Amino acid sequence: MTGMPFLSLAIWIPILGGLLVLATGSDRNAPLARSLAMFIALAGFAVTVPLFLLFDASTSAMQFSEFLPWIPRFNINYHLGVDGISVLFVLLNAFITIIVVIAGWQVIQEKVAQYMAAFLIMSGLMNGIFSALDGILFYVFFEASLIPLYLVIGIWGGANRVYAAIKFFLYTLVGSLMMLVALLYLFMEAGGSFNILDWHKLPLAMPAQTLIFWAFLVAFAVKVPMWPVHTWLPDAHVEAPTGGSVVLAAIALKLGAYGFLRFSLPIVPDAAQAMAPMMIALSLIAVVYIGFVALAQTDMKKLVAYSSISHMGFVTLGFFMFNVVGMEGALVQMISHGFVSGAMFLCIGVLYDRMHTRNIADYGGVVKTMPKFAAFFMLFAMANAGLPGTSGFVGEFMVVLGAVQFNFWVAFAAASTLILGAAYTLWMYKRVVFGVIGNDHVAQLDDIGAREFAFLGILALCVMAMGLYPFPFTEVMHASVNELLRHVAVSKL
Amino acid sequence: MTDMQKLYLLVPLAPLAGAILAGLFGRTIGRAGAHIVTILGVAIAFAASVVIYQDVQAGNSFNGTLYTWMTSGNLTFEVGFLIDPLTVMMMLVVTFVSLMVHIYTIGYMHEDPGYQRFFSYISLFTFSMLMLVMSNNFLQLFFGWEAVGLVSYLLIGFWYERPTAIYANLKAFLVNRVGDFGFLLGIGLIAAYTGSLNYSEVFAQGGALAAQEMAVTGWPLITAICICLFIGAMGKSAQVPLHVWLPDSMEGPTPISALIHAATMVTAGIFMVARMSPLFELSDTALSFVLVIGATTALFMGFLGIVQNDIKRVVAYSTLSQLGYMTVALGVSAYSAAVFHLMTHAFFKALLFLGAGSVIIGMHHDQDMRNMGGLWKYMPITWMTSLLGSLALIGFPFFAGFYSKDSIIEAVHASSIPGAGYALFCVMAGVFVTAFYSFRMYFLVFHGKERFGQDNGGHHDHEGDHDDEEVSSDHHHGLAPGQKPHESPWVVTLPLILLAIPSVVIGFFTIEPMLFGGWFKDAIHVGANHVGLAELAATFHGPVGMALHGLQTAPFWLAMSGVAVAWFFYMVRPDIPAAIQRTFSPVHALLENKYFFDRFNEIVFAGGSRMLGKGLWKVGDQTIIDGMAVNGTAKLVGWVAQISRLFQTGHLYQYAFAMIIGVFILLTFWFNLG
Repeated sequence: MTGMPFLSLAIWIPILGGLLVLATGSDRNAPLARSLAMFIALAGFAVTVPLFLLFDASTSAMQFSEFLPWIPRFNINYHLGVDGISVLFVLLNAFITIIVVIAGWQVIQEKVAQYMAAFLIMSGLMNGIFSALDGILFYVFFEASLIPLYLVIGIWGGANRVYAAIKFFLYTLVGSLMMLVALLYLFMEAGGSFNILDWHKLPLAMPAQTLIFWAFLVAFAVKVPMWPVHTWLPDAHVEAPTGGSVVLAAIALKLGAYGFLRFSLPIVPDAAQAMAPMMIALSLIAVVYIGFVALAQTDMKKLVAYSSISHMGFVTLGFFMFNVVGMEGALVQMISHGFVSGAMFLCIGVLYDRMHTRNIADYGGVVKTMPKFAAFFMLFAMANAGLPGTSGFVGEFMVVLGAVQFNFWVAFAAASTLILGAAYTLWMYKRVVFGVIGNDHVAQLDDIGAREFAFLGILALCVMAMGLYPFPFTEVMHASVNELLRHVAVSKL
Repeated sequence: MTDMQKLYLLVPLAPLAGAILAGLFGRTIGRAGAHIVTILGVAIAFAASVVIYQDVQAGNSFNGTLYTWMTSGNLTFEVGFLIDPLTVMMMLVVTFVSLMVHIYTIGYMHEDPGYQRFFSYISLFTFSMLMLVMSNNFLQLFFGWEAVGLVSYLLIGFWYERPTAIYANLKAFLVNRVGDFGFLLGIGLIAAYTGSLNYSEVFAQGGALAAQEMAVTGWPLITAICICLFIGAMGKSAQVPLHVWLPDSMEGPTPISALIHAATMVTAGIFMVARMSPLFELSDTALSFVLVIGATTALFMGFLGIVQNDIKRVVAYSTLSQLGYMTVALGVSAYSAAVFHLMTHAFFKALLFLGAGSVIIGMHHDQDMRNMGGLWKYMPITWMTSLLGSLALIGFPFFAGFYSKDSIIEAVHASSIPGAGYALFCVMAGVFVTAFYSFRMYFLVFHGKERFGQDNGGHHDHEGDHDDEEVSSDHHHGLAPGQKPHESPWVVTLPLILLAIPSVVIGFFTIEPMLFGGWFKDAIHVGANHVGLAELAATFHGPVGMALHGLQTAPFWLAMSGVAVAWFFYMVRPDIPAAIQRTFSPVHALLENKYFFDRFNEIVFAGGSRMLGKGLWKVGDQTIIDGMAVNGTAKLVGWVAQISRLFQTGHLYQYAFAMIIGVFILLTFWFNLG
């Protein structure tokens, strides 16, 4: 079994399958496109399951490696592999793809094949990002994944979709160009190698480290997004269709954070150490400042988008304190955020599909007409507020523990999310779900159907399972995280 | 797993199973099905607790891991149980009161459309509370801590259409989160400096913690830890200034006011500090802090009980004040007295709340005491049990509350830590205040002129404290003119009787083992430098002697004068309170507005946060980042394009020249960088 190219399958089944779905053509064949997309999404997930089951948690080495020369002239290779840091994201990504396909089943009635294909292809590309061990391969996947998301927002998005799509595209493109420069520089320095693992061992002087750190920072900070380059995200979310928001929040935001772990920290450890105070400051600003901004939102999607930024602040905070609990907490937070923010956007999508408004003030008393939905929404809102027993708690708790080890005042600022997160999430919940029925539209709402029950139910199980028994998730990470921290502690100067 | 360990597991899981069945399959199993499965679950938990109690009585205890939740770095996060006398006492109290409340709910909620949901919630609460008290580590403690908060939130907002209810539940959750903020930091400090979250391992390192200072801040570590943990207790156990949520929580149905907001959940903070006694004993600063906060709560929240007209709110302020007494006991290292009062209070306060609920049923959901009077004739069981509960509350000799409250007062008397003098004044004055508001309520409700059934419109202004939310009037319909109140059905009165029994006798029978018999000797630790209950133990000659001695002490006469004044004001000369109110109107306004805590929080914290959020969003995000940086860049690009268009001359030689310059610059950079 271990000889199977699982990573290639995880990348190419969705991409080629997506092309196949695209080939079904016009909306006359929409039912076929949907079923085919579902089949491919399931197949794509199925091939990632062995990655987890056969994963050897005792080593930090890359596993399931694949190596083929791609452009020998420049020593560019098709080089794949996963370690304890990346393997979970491949699974999460493949899993979320299934959810997105179900979520778009009825809602999307125009250009169905294209919609499904875009998500499948994006899913394959993102698996490529998480498993690429060659700089150029990574870059190609990283850039290519922008295109489907850009199209999803630009085609199936809301009224202001073009502005949002272009803002999203330009913001992230500027960042990636900086990264390309850094990659080429590393190629030269490493004596003509694009192998990321070689770069990890490459000695670099401090000025070069600093410049490379900044180049990567611009690329990854935009993706995370970190304050102050976060303003594209609320716009993109507001305009994106539900599926787009889910993928954006659950997977796309993780790419930047993953980049820090695969590139910034191991390649330029001294610069990372030197820049850590700034990174921590930016993370805390994201947690606190954005928490307050979320409180002021009147649009549900914007509110959850800001909440995402605030939660991602916990991730970057966890990385740059350089202790085990903090970093593993950050990784757990990334996975959990995939479930929880995805579920939050799906909940908003459920409401939007019925009411065609995301305005909090247009709701009130939804629990009366949609009790099942209200129960799910409550669970996810509580997970978003970090309630123990849900996945949202685990990562936040670990990062706060890590922060206390690091510096009490950092922990003090970070722990404020306990209050802020609860305030903006539950205040929104109160205004939308509780109270007397706000208007006639709410009075006529139908509760969730079987399909909606299915995807919310699956996510609810994930959120609770991870909250009650996070052991399997953290076990996978230990070896790789310990190795990374050991590596970062050794100076390259 | 031994049989005993299976039994431990059964205690929390039986109510959880009931909650899941009633919650997810409520429609299938129906109303009767829902109350049968949940009551069965809690009854099993109670029966198992009794068996475990006997086992602990025989000298057994347990401290073990159920499963490893997670590992990270040097930390192991586990879920496990610690079964010792302190735990088993809490298990008995929780399961017994919960069982009573479950039965009572059949009567109280029988018309409510959310019947199954309610049973599911209260069983879920029982599960969470049991997980909290049975924990052997800080992780599970925090889980239970937050889970009871969640259920409290769900239950305060049970009637989700009432604006006051969903205002109150959000407020409760957020104020508790302020406490949890401190609690989490305290747990974080413990994990950071001991590398463990397991109670026994942490306590074993107590001495080492006491010798350390915190990095960065330089504070004494143990004091910081204890104060952080206590901030958590201040939220959960509603101590000033985090008490503001508890009176508003009365928006929830009365059974949960009894179970959650009087008997069990709000005492979690007291339990936690008692459990952490090996840590608190190491910091006199923290103990003084605890003492002063508790004393302030005990007296000043009692004052507020005097001016309330809503029957449930009187009991709520009484609960705040009694929680203050428990906290005072913690502050003077009389942890067993705190836990003892926690237990007696659980019985008589649950009784008073359920009695109030019975009155509310009899009054057809009118809660305003000004519309009551003379109810003793119509509701004899409710009347008698409420009287017993009130006597227990004011500490009448031989009643349960006497033993626990007198022990606390004596312990404060014996203590010499900073703040003890202030605390002694507060707890002594509090005795008078307690007796006064309790019997004011008792006389207004059960005696005097029958004021119900009159269309005086007076019962609509009793909720004027929510300035920003309109009061829903439909729920407080009250009795129609000429209609008489009636005694409640047996499912309501039976729990009253069953709770009245321990309210009277439990103190008499348990004071000796609990306070002086070493029942808690392994669970609670009192440092050699603190008196605790030692002085009291030296003069203790049995419960009868204590009660007879009590008749000659100041607290007894303070209580009696409180009752007498209440009788005089509300039975003999009902015009006097109004006259006092006029004469001392500034004081009355202060009390009526609850010392302006709510208004302050509403304006400064709630309003301030909203304004800050809006400011950061509009100015920070939209004007500066988007307006200047992002769109500014776009404008800059446009401007550069305007100029660079000039370079598009169409002359090849100019292009070639530009290219050569470009290559030159690039090469220069390249070599310099390399």
